[in-house]
Amino acid sequence: MPQTIIQPEFNVVIDYDKCHKCGRCAQQCGWGVYDFNERPIPDDTKCKACHRCVTYCPARAITIRKHELAYRDSDNWSPQLRRAVWKQAETGGVMLTGMGNDKSYVHLFDHLVLDACQVTNPSIDPLREPRELRTYLGRKPDSVEVESDGEGGFRLQEGAGVVNNIELATPIIFSPMSYGSVSLNVHKSLAMAATRAGILMNTGEGGLHADLFPYADHVIVQCASGRFGVDPEYLRRGAAIEIKIGQGAKPGIGGHLPGEKIDREVSTTRMIPQGTDALSPAPHHDIYSIEDLRQLIYSLKEASGYKPVGVKIAAVHNVAAIASGIVRAGADYVYLDGFRGGTGAAPTIIRDNLGIPIEVAIAVVDQRLRDEGIRNQASIVAAGSIRSSGDLAKAIALGADVVAIGTAALIALGCHVCQSCHTGSCSWGLTTQKPELTRRVDPEWGAERLTNLVNAWSHELQEILGALGLNAVESLRGSRERLRGVGLDAQTCEILGVKPAGR
Amino acid sequence: MPQSQTVAKGVIEGYLERMPEAVRDGDTVTFDAASIYYKHLNEAVRDEIAGGAKRIVLKNVNGQRYIGTGIRERGVKIEVHGCAGNDLAMFMGGAEVEVFGNAQDGVSNTMDDGKVVVHGDAGDVLGYGMRGGTVFIEGDVGYRVGIHMKAFEGKVPVMVCGGKARDFFGEYMAGGTLVLLGMNSQFDEQPVAGDFLGTGMHGGEIYVRGTVEEWQIGKECGVFTADEDDLARLRPILEDFCAAFDMDVEAVLAEPLTKLVPMSHRPYGKLYVY
Repeated sequence: MPQTIIQPEFNVVIDYDKCHKCGRCAQQCGWGVYDFNERPIPDDTKCKACHRCVTYCPARAITIRKHELAYRDSDNWSPQLRRAVWKQAETGGVMLTGMGNDKSYVHLFDHLVLDACQVTNPSIDPLREPRELRTYLGRKPDSVEVESDGEGGFRLQEGAGVVNNIELATPIIFSPMSYGSVSLNVHKSLAMAATRAGILMNTGEGGLHADLFPYADHVIVQCASGRFGVDPEYLRRGAAIEIKIGQGAKPGIGGHLPGEKIDREVSTTRMIPQGTDALSPAPHHDIYSIEDLRQLIYSLKEASGYKPVGVKIAAVHNVAAIASGIVRAGADYVYLDGFRGGTGAAPTIIRDNLGIPIEVAIAVVDQRLRDEGIRNQASIVAAGSIRSSGDLAKAIALGADVVAIGTAALIALGCHVCQSCHTGSCSWGLTTQKPELTRRVDPEWGAERLTNLVNAWSHELQEILGALGLNAVESLRGSRERLRGVGLDAQTCEILGVKPAGR
Repeated sequence: MPQSQTVAKGVIEGYLERMPEAVRDGDTVTFDAASIYYKHLNEAVRDEIAGGAKRIVLKNVNGQRYIGTGIRERGVKIEVHGCAGNDLAMFMGGAEVEVFGNAQDGVSNTMDDGKVVVHGDAGDVLGYGMRGGTVFIEGDVGYRVGIHMKAFEGKVPVMVCGGKARDFFGEYMAGGTLVLLGMNSQFDEQPVAGDFLGTGMHGGEIYVRGTVEEWQIGKECGVFTADEDDLARLRPILEDFCAAFDMDVEAVLAEPLTKLVPMSHRPYGKLYVY
């Protein structure tokens, strides 16, 4: 019998007439595709189509093609499904994958369009007039107390107004990706970019490496079920603390960093021994209820000198009621992660079949909190595949305060979305701990690219605000009247709180 | 809830918004905790520690939460008279807490260092994710005790419970030493531990005085009887424990101890395909 009956997904095609026989492809490939014997000889079965070799081939002699093997057509049994069955028949294991859900569920952002000013309401000139993007993350007061300033005007009373909020220069933050799932150079790039752009990065559940301490004012430190890297100093160091309950790519299940990714530096940062699996239990075993969550929120506040505490959950069916409980439990922000959110590793079956789209989650949570009169008590952070500033603007119009980007940030650093983060061999040096790969990301280079991305999206958001005639992003928040649905059924429009185009 | 602050000025969750009165005697500070909201009590304790107090005595404690939480100062001792509330010594980093009474849930949750001694029983979720320090509970403990205890380099947490425990004792354990004696229990008919003992264990060691049934033990554990080397390491820990509660270490060691250790540091390494 053949070792496997699964055929490769891709063909590595080398134009040997152009090839310099320099061997750089073999040196660059993290997957071990290339043997080099006078000339590169590829093994198609190992290729992930990450284009590292294509990018670095000095002769531009390499291209990657889809393996055009014809399967008998079936709308029911796609080639991917057949391959998964073969793989599981060969191994008996749970299929793992990386990145976010790649299935063709409807993309609601692509069925929403924004308004623009014409004739009767003037737009704002994007080149000459200011449009404010500054955003405050955290609890807003129920009311503000004002007093006379003695000159016929009024001023805020001392201590009134927005306190204990984090000022963001733009409503974009980096989503949690742990050191361990990504490399230290990625973490440094994110931390430096967050500092330069006036936003936040997030440690994920991997602790805070000492090299990031200088940027700690721009870091959210996470407290997840494994409590990796959590000690009193860690809690005091960050700008805010986040309790991670769930992740859009894998709602309801825990994390599992395999022992081979836990080298000395990762082990020191997580404060666990080298080489053992880092298992994050599925639930926090001290949180089985909203009351328990409240207890943890306030213990984190007690231990950190009352820093803002947020709670990250995956968007699931009952997300509005859960978010309401989270806000009532005292969270300063609720982080909603939609079902297209990325992951360093998750069972494919979980990633592709659990959770709901972020667009729906933002709309129903915002509405629920407004209906209950507690929307001011917490900010909403939305994530789970924000792919452009268009998604960003639509997310804010649906009701989010801030969006978080993870996959987009990795793409800025060279990621080609090959969905192989879980292998630990990322050729782009992102989701790996192998030193020969991680050194491919220079934090200075990475920080510049990430800062560029955030600045570019911010400028685009300002353009959109100008077209809408708004001079502050605050005015767009929850302004669903400025959205219309295209090709959405009436019930979806109702749930999203938007009218169909034409109404 | 914090929003109740706006309901009436000076009232917080039904408590009057007031700091407890400090009675100072050298580097000892005594507070009467009766009718004091936890936030003010803990703020007062932190202020006194920052001001140089070495011994804090809390009288009439009646379920106030987070006592000792996040305290990092070494050489500081907090004495709790009464019933300590949830999350006692959570995230604690080096202080010592002694409770003369019972403690509720979450004792030493995610504790990093220090020592906690409870002269009584304790509730659920003790030592969750605890990385360092020592916890001695004189009597019985509840469910989910020692879940995901871990160790790192010099930090090896130790927890000894004098009574009996319920289900999930040492579940997901990743490091450290858990000891369950079953001696000072108010539940004569109960087995020493509940179900799912050490389930998912991938580090550390659990000792149970006497024997446990096979069906109680997680399949990730190897079961042994503590040998001379184990007992030599345990003896100073148990001597310390016995000294705290006026017990005889020889009586504790008169019965053999069952030892549970993980069969693998990577119990789920073969579950997945890449």
